[in-house]
Amino acid sequence: MSAGFQRNLDVERVKALLRTMVAIRAFEEEALAAQKEGLVKGAIHPSIGQEAVAAGVCGELRRDDVLLSTHRGHGHTLAKGADPFAMMAELMGRAPGTSQGKGGSMHIADFSVGMLGANGVVAANIGIAAGAAHAIKLLGGDRIVCCIFGDGAVNRGPFLEGLNWAAVYRLPVLFVCEDNGYAATTRTRELTAGPGPLARARALGIEGEVVDGNDVLAVSEATRALVAAVRSGAGPRFLHCLTYRLAGHTGADAGTYRPAEEVEARWKRCPIARARALLEAAGVAAAELDALEAGARGEIARVAAAARAAPWPDPALAWTDVQDLGAAVRAEG
Amino acid sequence: MAEMSYLEAGALALREAMRADPRVWALGEDLGRGGVFGQYKGLQAEFGPERIVDTPISEAAIMAVATGAAMLGTRPVVEMRFADFALCAIDELVNQAAKARYMFGGQTRVPLVVREPTGRWRSSAAQHSQSLEAWYVHVPGLVVLAPATPADNRALLRAAIACDDPVVHFEHKNLWPLVGEVPDEPEPAPIGKARRVREGADLTLVTWSATVHEAVRAAELLAREGIGTDLFDLRSLWPWDREAVLASAARTGRLLVAHEAVQVGGFGAEIAATVAEELGVPVARIGAPRLPVPYSPPLEAELEVDAERIARAARRLLDRPVRRRAVSA
Repeated sequence: MSAGFQRNLDVERVKALLRTMVAIRAFEEEALAAQKEGLVKGAIHPSIGQEAVAAGVCGELRRDDVLLSTHRGHGHTLAKGADPFAMMAELMGRAPGTSQGKGGSMHIADFSVGMLGANGVVAANIGIAAGAAHAIKLLGGDRIVCCIFGDGAVNRGPFLEGLNWAAVYRLPVLFVCEDNGYAATTRTRELTAGPGPLARARALGIEGEVVDGNDVLAVSEATRALVAAVRSGAGPRFLHCLTYRLAGHTGADAGTYRPAEEVEARWKRCPIARARALLEAAGVAAAELDALEAGARGEIARVAAAARAAPWPDPALAWTDVQDLGAAVRAEG
Repeated sequence: MAEMSYLEAGALALREAMRADPRVWALGEDLGRGGVFGQYKGLQAEFGPERIVDTPISEAAIMAVATGAAMLGTRPVVEMRFADFALCAIDELVNQAAKARYMFGGQTRVPLVVREPTGRWRSSAAQHSQSLEAWYVHVPGLVVLAPATPADNRALLRAAIACDDPVVHFEHKNLWPLVGEVPDEPEPAPIGKARRVREGADLTLVTWSATVHEAVRAAELLAREGIGTDLFDLRSLWPWDREAVLASAARTGRLLVAHEAVQVGGFGAEIAATVAEELGVPVARIGAPRLPVPYSPPLEAELEVDAERIARAARRLLDRPVRRRAVSA
C-alpha cells in the first residue's frame, strides 16, 4: 500500500466496512457457539475469513437491488441489511426467524432488503438471479441483481446456462465468484480445468476482474466500478474474489484435510485484521477501533441472547404457506 | 361457443391471459416460430419477442429464470417442449420453485406455469414419450393438471396462469389435433374438479389426459354387455376431486383407475388406495407395464392402455367377489 493511497484513504468508508465484517464474524462465532450448545440444530456453513467479500460487495448494492446467495450466506445477508436478530432466531428455529423457522441457515432470506435467498444447492442461485434480472428488464427500472456463488459452482451446468442467458439478454447482473479455494473439503483447483472462473465468463463475453478477496477496500472498489457498468445497461459483469475459508466447511468440520501451516498462514491475511491495520496506518487510534469492534460485537451478543429467549413456532405453522390449492390439512387432535 | 383444436385452445388461453395481464410472458425454445407443435403460432407477432421469448436449449436456465422472474412479480409460462426434457430442470422446479414460498416462510410466491407436452406419440421412443405426472403430484407446493379436451385445455391453462403457485400443465401430444366445443367464457375455478363424462351404476372409472378417450370407448364396449360405467375425467391431479370419486365409488361399489403412465407407483395407486381406505370397496388399476417406451409400433402397442384393455380390467374387477370386511364392535 503506497503512502499516497493511505493519505487519500476514505477512513469512514473503511470503518463502515470493518464494522460490517466484525458483525459478520461475531454473528458466526455466536452461531457456532449456539450450535455446540445444541441450540442451532441444523448445519451451518461459516464464512469466517471471507467477510471482506460480503462487506465489500453488498456494501455497493442499493437496498432495492436483489441479492442471491449460497449455503454460506450469513455474511452476504447481514451485509445486505437483514435483521441479525431475525437471522439468529431462524438459525435456532424460532418463531421470529426470517422464515418463521421453516428454512434455517441454508434458506436464509429477507425479501424486505432484496435478499432473495441463500440456497442449499450449489449454483442453483445463478439461474434464479438471471430470472430476477430478466424480470427487472421486463418491468423496467434501474435495479440490479447480484449473485454470489462459490468456486465449486463453476463446475455445475447452471453456471454455463445462467451466464450465457444473462449475456444473451444483456441482463443487469453482477456475478461474484467467492473463491475460498475449497469445494466442500476438496481443493477446487485440483478438479477445475482451465485458467479459472473469469476466463470462463470471458469466453461468454462477460467482462470482469479478479481481486484480492481479503482486501475489503479492493473488493469494494472493484464492485463499485462493475455495479456502475451493470446499472448503466452494459449487461452482466463478473467479479472473482480470491479468499480463504478459515473455518471448516460446516460447523462440524475440523478441516483436517488442510495442512495446519496453510491455515495458519491464511490467518495472517485475515480481512478484519488487514482492514484494521489499514485504518491504524491512516492514523485512526487503536482505542477508537477497539470501541468500534466492541460496539459491533455487543450488538450481535444482544441479538444472540434475544434469539435464545425467542419462542418456538406454533407446530401448526408447518402446514402453512405450502400452496393455495390442494394444501394438506392438519388433522384435528 | 366455438369449435377449435386442443392445440388452438391452449394458444387461446395464453393469448387471453397475455392480453389481460402485462405481467404474463412465455419462454421456451423455438416459441417465435410457433413452438415445436405450433401451439404458440402467431403469439410473437402479437406480443413481440420480449413477451414470447425464444430461449437457448437450456432447460435448467429456462426453469430457473422463470422462478426468479416469478419471485419478482412477473407471471412466466414455461414451455418444456417434451415432458421428458423437463427432467433437465428438476432441481429448478422441485427444489427451488416448489419450495421457495415455504422455505422462505411465505416471503415470496412463485406464480409460474410449466407446459409439458406428455405421453406417447408417433413412435417417439423412450426419451420423448413418458407420462411422469405422478412424480410432480408427489411434490408439495405444486399443482398438477392434465386436460383431455379443448375446452379443458383452455380453462385449465387460464386457471393455471391465474394461480399464484407453480403449476405443471400436461398437454398430451396425441390430443393436439382433437377438435371440440370451447365455450366463449372459460369455466371458472376448474382446478380440483373432476368432469363426469358418463353416468353408470356398476363401476367407477377414473382417468385423465388422452386415456379419457380410450375410457369412453371402453365404457361403450361395457354398455353393450349391460355394464354401466360412472366415468370421470380427473383433469386436475393435484388437487384431485376426492369428493366426486368417493361419492361415485360409494354408489357403484367398485373403482378402476386407468392411466397411460407406468402402473407401478403411478397416480392411480393413490386414488385406489384412498378409495380402499375410505370405503373398503374393491379397487383395481390399469397402467403401462414398467417398461421404457419402445420405438417400433408392434413393440409400442405392448404398452397401450386402450379401450379393450380397460374393458378387460373392468370385467375382471366386476368378477371379483366382494370380501366382507371384518367389522369390529
